[in-house]
Amino acid sequence: MKTMSQHIVIAGKLSVLVVAMFGFGYLMVPIYNVLCDITGLNGKTSSVAAVAPQTSGEKSERRVIVEFVAVVNSSAAWTFEPVQRSMEVEPGKTYNASYNVKNLSSQPAVGQAVPSVAPSAAAKYFNKIECFCFTRQEFEANGSKEMPLVFFIEEDLPRSIDRVTLSYTYFDTGEKPVPASDS
Amino acid sequence: MSTATTEHHDHHDDHGPAYGWKRWLFTTNHKDIGTLYLLFSLVMFFIGGGMALIIRAELWQPGLQIVDPLFFNSMTTMHALVMIFGVVMPAFVGLANWMIPMMIGGPDMALPRLNNWSFWIMPFAFLLLLSTLFMEGGGPAGGWTLYAPLSLQGGDSFAFVIFSIHFMGISSVMGSINIVATIFNMRAPGMTLMKMPLFVWTWLITAYLLIAVIPVLAGAVTMLLTDRYFGTSFFSAAGGGDPVMYQHIFWFFGHPEVYILILPAFGIMSSIIPTFARKPLFGYASMVYATASIAFLSFIVWAHHMFTVGMPLAGEMFFMFATMMISVPTGVKVFNWMATMWRGSMTFETPMLFAIGFLVMFTIGGLSGLMLAITPADIQYHDTYFVVAHFHYVLVPGAIYSIMAATYYWIPKWTGNMYDEKLGKIHFWISTIFLNVLFFPMHFVGLAGMPRRIPDYSLQFADWNMVASIGAFGFGFSQLIFAYVVIKCMKGGEKATDEVWEGADGLEWTVASPAPYHTFETPPTIK
Repeated sequence: MKTMSQHIVIAGKLSVLVVAMFGFGYLMVPIYNVLCDITGLNGKTSSVAAVAPQTSGEKSERRVIVEFVAVVNSSAAWTFEPVQRSMEVEPGKTYNASYNVKNLSSQPAVGQAVPSVAPSAAAKYFNKIECFCFTRQEFEANGSKEMPLVFFIEEDLPRSIDRVTLSYTYFDTGEKPVPASDS
Repeated sequence: MSTATTEHHDHHDDHGPAYGWKRWLFTTNHKDIGTLYLLFSLVMFFIGGGMALIIRAELWQPGLQIVDPLFFNSMTTMHALVMIFGVVMPAFVGLANWMIPMMIGGPDMALPRLNNWSFWIMPFAFLLLLSTLFMEGGGPAGGWTLYAPLSLQGGDSFAFVIFSIHFMGISSVMGSINIVATIFNMRAPGMTLMKMPLFVWTWLITAYLLIAVIPVLAGAVTMLLTDRYFGTSFFSAAGGGDPVMYQHIFWFFGHPEVYILILPAFGIMSSIIPTFARKPLFGYASMVYATASIAFLSFIVWAHHMFTVGMPLAGEMFFMFATMMISVPTGVKVFNWMATMWRGSMTFETPMLFAIGFLVMFTIGGLSGLMLAITPADIQYHDTYFVVAHFHYVLVPGAIYSIMAATYYWIPKWTGNMYDEKLGKIHFWISTIFLNVLFFPMHFVGLAGMPRRIPDYSLQFADWNMVASIGAFGFGFSQLIFAYVVIKCMKGGEKATDEVWEGADGLEWTVASPAPYHTFETPPTIK
């Protein structure tokens, strides 16, 4: 039989473990984000503008279909759709596409698009040189915009992938537009 | 090892229990607290079972007849939360409280006051949880896994659900710390770790699992809470978060949790089967190592719950093979139990019937688990009734049968009276027949594509659903026999001997029946 103080020692050590595991739960958030950045696990593409590719000059027969999908988060009053449904692109070349957004509410609003690429294995080969998703967009009441996107698919996109879906979900950020913004 | 001393501590008084309700509210006695846990669990079993019957009544026929879909969804959610956190876990903790000190020759749990707190948090946690059903917007209806963003879209009762989960978590963690401290510090001299009964071993490992993963669940639900009320966006894509991340964090808790629900059952089987086979347990050491390997593997298989979220192929392969690996140590256990029975002089009293029922039907559940582990097949099975059939086969004839087996096995020691053997056997056979009528057809409708958690279904599933519902009502009402046998045994009956079972082995059978209020105040000698 051991004394109370020895019980307290064990209980103390285990309590440290409890606190550490609670912290680990939160630590999983940055770990997950880093893993997803490296692997493209969740189809998230980079939110940083890429540099236009150096063309190797070789003529490639390979074509990849890029499909454009637009989703409006259910809590937001917008219409949001791609100007083109799909494009046939050659990996390594730069292409332009655009989306139309309209604010349906009679209030000014700020929106943000969040991109996702399927299959997720294609995410890290999908680069955006310019994208409306890099910034938030401000809209006047019932205002609309055509928003540009410049992208290219890297030439080392795995051969097994011949169709890439780019999906944007449009969210109302809930903010009010700042009148004198510098964007 | 500790040495026996004659030194006495403040709580060593020679009095018996106090009288009246204060005995139960202030008790620090491990047997009283064990009884409280077990009775609490029995009450919750009927509440959770009632919810299951509402679900099965609605699914009696296609179409919407009895309840509205939102309430149906909150029934599936609450049924799971009540059964997992309110029935199986408290019952195991109750058994641990009653049996672990007696099995290792200790006088009580290491931290008796903490023990009292861990129990008395539970009724409040469940009152809070059940009260959400009567709140505006209803109870939680997004499934017990509380997946974001769905779970964030319900009523404001959500905050109460989170708080009650926190309470349950605090209770389990305190209980586990107490169990680990008890096992390490309170063993009688000579009771080395490798001499401990397997029930103690499995609980030691379970306690570590609980301490490791319950805080992760607490973290996950706290993130949900702050996402909902404090403007964070851990799981909201608009703010840069990711809903799939919730599933990773949740199942990092959730998979070890399913072993928390079954490892103590393995310990119970390892106590009961040798007794009625009248042979020592086959492969004691391998049982300990198998339990430890299952516990380790449980941390690296979580993503098999989410094969359809779009993981890279390498990830799916890893989680598939890791999951299949778990069947190796589990197979070792099943083999050892069969080898224990092999050429034993078996008798089939009620605890043994439940143990054999466990062995057969848990293995059916294990096999369907193996099918679900196959990634390409899982994409078809995912979120169908096949999954429901699988986890009910491992939890009902698994965890629940083990608890019933344990109750029949140890209740003569707890009450000093033999239970009604005839009624016990009737309870077993009726339960087992209806249980299979209830859950086996779910395999068929699941393979045919019936989705889970939906109050309505397509016409071709009608027949088997009606069969399952008949089974559900039969199984549910036959549990009243169990309650009756338990209450009858508490009130009186044929006196039990100290040894109770002819082939029983272990320190708990060396004390009088009923077990005196204080046992092993002087440590026993271990052979």
